[in-house]
This record gives sequence, C-alpha cells and structure tokens, in this order.
Amino acid sequence: MKLSVRFAGLTALAALLATACAPQTSSNSSSDKDEKTGTLRVWLFQEVGNAPKQKVVDSVVAGFEKAHKGTKVDVEYIPIDTRAQRVKAAFNDPASAPDVMEYGNTDTAGYVKDGGLLDVTKEFGDWGEAKDTDPTAKQSVTVDGKLYGAPFYVGVRALYYRTDVFKELGLSVPRTMDELASTARAIRAARPELYGLVVGGAYTYGAMPFVWANGGELANGKSGSYASGIDSAEARKGIKAYTSLFGDDNCPAAKCAGMGGNDTISAFAAGKAGMAIGGDFSHTAVEAGKVKGKYAVVPLPGVKSGSIAPAFAGGNNIGVLKSTSHRTLAVQLMEQLASKKTQSELFDAMGFLPTFTDVRQQVARQEPFVKPFVRTLSAGTKFVPASPAWAQIDSSLVLPTMFQEVISGKKDVTKASDDAAKKMNDAFGSAG
Amino acid sequence: MNDRGCVKTPVAAAASTVPAPRPPREAAGARGRRTARGAARRTGGWTPWLYLAPALVVLGGLLVYPIYQLGLISFFQYTQAQVSGGEPATFEGFGNYAALFGDPQFWQVLLATVLFAAACVVSTLAVGCALAVLLTRVRAVPRLALMLAALGAWATPAVTGSTVWLFLFDPDFGPVNRMLGLGDHSWTYGRLSAFFLVLLEVVWCSFPFVMVTVYAGIRAVPGEVLEAASLDGASQWRIWRSVLAPMLRPILVVVTIQSVIWDFKVFTQIYVMTGGGGIAGQNLVLNVYAYQQAFASSQYGLGSAIGIVTLLILLAVTLVYLRLLRRQGEEL
Repeated sequence: MKLSVRFAGLTALAALLATACAPQTSSNSSSDKDEKTGTLRVWLFQEVGNAPKQKVVDSVVAGFEKAHKGTKVDVEYIPIDTRAQRVKAAFNDPASAPDVMEYGNTDTAGYVKDGGLLDVTKEFGDWGEAKDTDPTAKQSVTVDGKLYGAPFYVGVRALYYRTDVFKELGLSVPRTMDELASTARAIRAARPELYGLVVGGAYTYGAMPFVWANGGELANGKSGSYASGIDSAEARKGIKAYTSLFGDDNCPAAKCAGMGGNDTISAFAAGKAGMAIGGDFSHTAVEAGKVKGKYAVVPLPGVKSGSIAPAFAGGNNIGVLKSTSHRTLAVQLMEQLASKKTQSELFDAMGFLPTFTDVRQQVARQEPFVKPFVRTLSAGTKFVPASPAWAQIDSSLVLPTMFQEVISGKKDVTKASDDAAKKMNDAFGSAG
Repeated sequence: MNDRGCVKTPVAAAASTVPAPRPPREAAGARGRRTARGAARRTGGWTPWLYLAPALVVLGGLLVYPIYQLGLISFFQYTQAQVSGGEPATFEGFGNYAALFGDPQFWQVLLATVLFAAACVVSTLAVGCALAVLLTRVRAVPRLALMLAALGAWATPAVTGSTVWLFLFDPDFGPVNRMLGLGDHSWTYGRLSAFFLVLLEVVWCSFPFVMVTVYAGIRAVPGEVLEAASLDGASQWRIWRSVLAPMLRPILVVVTIQSVIWDFKVFTQIYVMTGGGGIAGQNLVLNVYAYQQAFASSQYGLGSAIGIVTLLILLAVTLVYLRLLRRQGEEL
C-alpha cells in the first residue's frame, strides 16, 4: 500500500514537472511582412559536378535582380547528404532560414506537416506556364489539395541493358516482365560471371515497378486516411516477381539482398551485369564506367507485351518557406527558377528532366538518350503517398525489410507483406 | 528555470546535512593542529562544496540538464512538427514507453545488443590484456612496432575502419576471401557471420585502449613481486591470475566499465558494415534501432524514451558490477 502511494506521488510529481515545462518549440508562424526590397536567400542542392547548374542559376538570378530594383539574391548550395538536418534547423530558427529552397519531392508532405512550406496554390494557378506541368509532378507538390511549391525536375528509372551481351547471346530486348526474368536467367546461364538483371533487396524504387505493374499499390486512400495496400493480392504478385529474381540463377541472394540502388548501378557500370534498373540521373555514372558505348536503355516492360511498367516519379521541387518576409518576391523567384526556360537550360547543363510536358518532348527530340525515360514518364508514373508518415516508413526501412525477409527466406510473401502493411498502417495512424 | 534548480538543490541539501559544529575543545600546545582543523570545519561547512562548485556546475550543465531534457521529451509527442511549431507538443505520459515495450522487435534487438556487447567486451579485454602482457615480454623494437600498430588502429576513425574492414571481406574484391579460398562467400549475409565481422572490427579498434592502459598498470607493478613469484616457480598464467590481475584490479574495473559502455552503444560499425542493420534488420543493435525508428524520422519523443532506457540499463549494469566487486571484499 505504502509503496503504491509513494509511486502515485512520484508519478504525479513527474507529470506535474513535465507539464509545467513542456519542451521547447519554435514559433514558426507565417511572417506577415511582405517587403519589396532586400536580400532573398536561396538554398539549392549541391550536385556532383555543380558548376553547370550554378551557371544556369546565376543567369536566372542576374535577370531577377535586374528586374527588381533594390533586391539581392543570395544563393547557397547545400550538401544533399546533410540536407535533412539543415532543413530541420531552418524550420526551427526562422531567422536563419532561406526564403526559397529546393527539396526532394518525397519530403513534401513531411515539410508541410512540420509547418515549413508556404501554400502557393493561388500563385501557382495564376502562373501562365503552370498549365503544361505534368500531372504526376504536380501531385508531388500537392498535399490535401493545396500546392506547396513548383516542380523543378523529375527523375525516372528504366531498363539499362548490355547491347554487346545481347548480341553475342542472340537475345532480344524483353517485352514483358516474364520475358525480363527469363532473359536475365539466360544471361546468367551463358555468362555465369555476370548477374542477369542486377537487383537489390534495399532498392525500393527498383522494386516498386514490379508491384505497380501487377496492379498493386503502396497505399490507398487520400491524405489523412491512407491504408497500406502492400498486402493486396496484386501487390503480393509483384513482390513475388521481384524477389524471385534473387537466386543463383540470376542475382545470388547472399550478394544482392543487401544492395541498394547505387550498388546495382555500380555493378552494371563495372560490367558485372547484363541488365539493371537505373535512372536518367544514373547516366553519368554508367558513362564513366567500363560499359560506355556498350549499352542501351528501354522502358521497363510491364506485364502485357508492349506495356510499360509504371515507374516511380522522383525529382525535386522548389518551394517558398512560410517564414519568408518577402512573400511576393520569393514566389516570383520560385517561378523564375522553375520556369520552362530555366528547366530547359538545366537539362542541357545537368541532364535534369523537365517537369513540363512540352519542354520534355522538345528536349527528347534533341537528345535521343532521354527518349526511353520520356516514354516511361508519358506512360504514367506513380508517386509515394502524400503523407508525413512516408518519411517514417522510409527511414525505418519497412519496404527493404519486407523484400529482404522474403529473399532470405525468413518469411513468406504473405507473412512479410502482412507485417509490412501493419507497420505502414501504424505510421499512417500516428502521423496522419 | 528548473534546470538551475536541479543543479543547486543537491548542493544546498547536502550542505544542510553537514553535522552541526562541535563545541570547541580545550586545547593547547600539541593539540593546536587539531583545533585548527576543528575551526575550519566549524566555520566552513560548505567550503568543500565551494571548491566542488565549478565541477558541479559543469557536470550539471553538461550531464544533468541534457538528461533532464531527454527525460522530459520522452513523455511528449514530440516530432519535427512540434519542434518547428507546426503543431503543439502534447503530453503522452508513458505513451512512448508503452509503444517501445509493445514492439516485439525492441526486445529482440535488446537481446542481440546485450549478447553482442558481452561478446565484444570479453574479446576486447582478452586481446587487450594478452597483448599488454606480450608488450612487457618483447624487446624494444617489436614493442615499438606493436605499439604503433595499436595506436594506428586506435586513431583510425570508426567509419574509415569499418569501410576498410568491409572491403577486406568483400565477396568480389576482398583479399581475405582470396587468401582463404572462399570464392565469393558473403560475410554479411548470415546473421552470425555479419555480427562476427563487426565484432572483429570493434575489437580491432577498441583493444588498444585496454592494451595501453593495462600495460601502464603492469609497468607500475614492482619488479620484486613478479621476481618473487617466478622464484617460487609460478607459471606465466599463474603470475597473471594470482599476482598481476589482483594488483591491476582497479585498472581492469575501469577498462571493463568503459568497454561495456562503448560496446553497448556501438553504432558506426553496425551502421556502416551491415548497411544500417543487416538483411531484414537482423543485425540491429539498440543504437541503430533508435536511430532508424526515431531520429531519422524525427520522432524525438520515442527516441528519447529509447535513450532513457539505454541509460538505465547501462547504469544498472555498472552498479551491479561495482556491487559484485565490493562483495568480493575488494576496495576499488
């Protein structure tokens, strides 16, 4: 009795202490100020080989400063690896935050929930160029029907294959997912030192097209009420198709189960694989490898002959921070940075795929390399759930764990996908 | 602010418990010294605390306050949205702890962490002590070489060490597989083999501390004692067990506790070498689990709860260990 009384007292004391002094929060309310002069701060990502990007941005900035007397634009390139910390710090301390920033499109919902991004629905609607924006790209800046930025570029994955190996073995380019698997095994059988199709257990965005092509979804519903779809019969079919590629007849589980996207591209670039799933952004890495001049790219085939498997539409957006004291100017600068002209120049400089359908068609005519990627985009792409829970699902490795459990034989497809769905639903439930 | 109160309260409380000044003794001549001591005690009961104050302030600021904040946050729903003011922080009571203890993976990870840390501590101490003894037996040049090698391992950053170690055991390019003729065997695929690989790296980068400390301890042991033991016909093992180890006890206690704490909190090696926790999370340890579940997705409340649990476990382990030593009748 005595003990429980004391315990109750302690708990009450702890509760009192805790409620009396809640942990610190920042007052990151939107700024009321809308100054028409002064310095605008911009954060963009520091790419590998950033100089061409910087050149394009510098010319945009020069034009902007000329058009708006009394304004100065201060551009800073932040390292991609540590962006999460930088952005968190910016949200916590509005005084040191930029006005405009580039961000990864899977982060949109999280940043909105953190209260960091400005709602630009009205401005985006008034913006003349916006009507040509590709719908998936637009979806990647949309949360709850409101827009929080302008799409900057898209990244999409397709199938890289070795032309020399295909020719030598007399293989034709696979037109269905089944053919993809059989072609992969044929390569491995004839050339055992190569992986047929190099796949990775931690390569979520390489695996998802298999799920989507079979009619599965990551999650169903709309913002606020998502439910995982990874345990549906269609999704399971896709998981099975992907995980069956791990084995000694294609990509041995002992080596491939731990690989991520970059590992698979490195293996392909080093000439250790017959095929790989890589992005338009992997082009430079592959060109720098041993296989330069000995490969080609086609869209990843779907289930039916001639169809294209839906790809994940990655990419970056440009947004305005809620704490900006130069609302009008910042939005205008955002539009300049994400304009058709800038995007087309950035394609020439960096190979970033434009988010405007018409600009994309135009660059595809000039540069044949991007054709398979543009075709993949036109065939329809998929995006991650626009929920802040996605960041949690992503960082706690729910999907890689699921694939790896199946690959290593720890669980069967049904059990692994049930467990993954449960974890996803927990995250959706707690983060909305 | 409460934090300052937390620092000062124990000081004030302790000061008030100092016994009331004794009545002055009648003293003269030879007893003068004693009187002086008594006077010092009488007038300055809090003098020791005054001298301790700088240290206590630093400790309070660097230790007590962060732990207090950690504990506080662990009772709240506290994510990035709360930190940056997107949503208000809500009091959850033991909600974060309930979520943590309700996760079967947590228990699995905790067990793996305890076993892995125990294996690391035992191996590190064994290797460190053996090499320390070896250092006292070899000539100057090999001793210097061994010292330099150990210091090199010690000075290597954990990330670099892990990456190099991983490369050595790489299935495609690694020299180890080639030397052992293992073909393209993957060391990181199996659960135990991956843990074993990490254990090797952890031992490699933490044995130098044990070795150098124990070596210094051995050098401080008077030569006559060792000579007497060997004159009595004791074997090397016997000398270590019955002479050196007991004399080195305080040093061994310190290195053991240090090793327990380090190995329990191992992060970099697991994170780098098993790619963030191994195939399907089979090589997760508590720290990596905390990072994945909580900090990477900005669930600071849950992360703090894991931090508090880790702290309590380490505190308990250390206290039990010290208690056991006391019971064996040894002063530390």
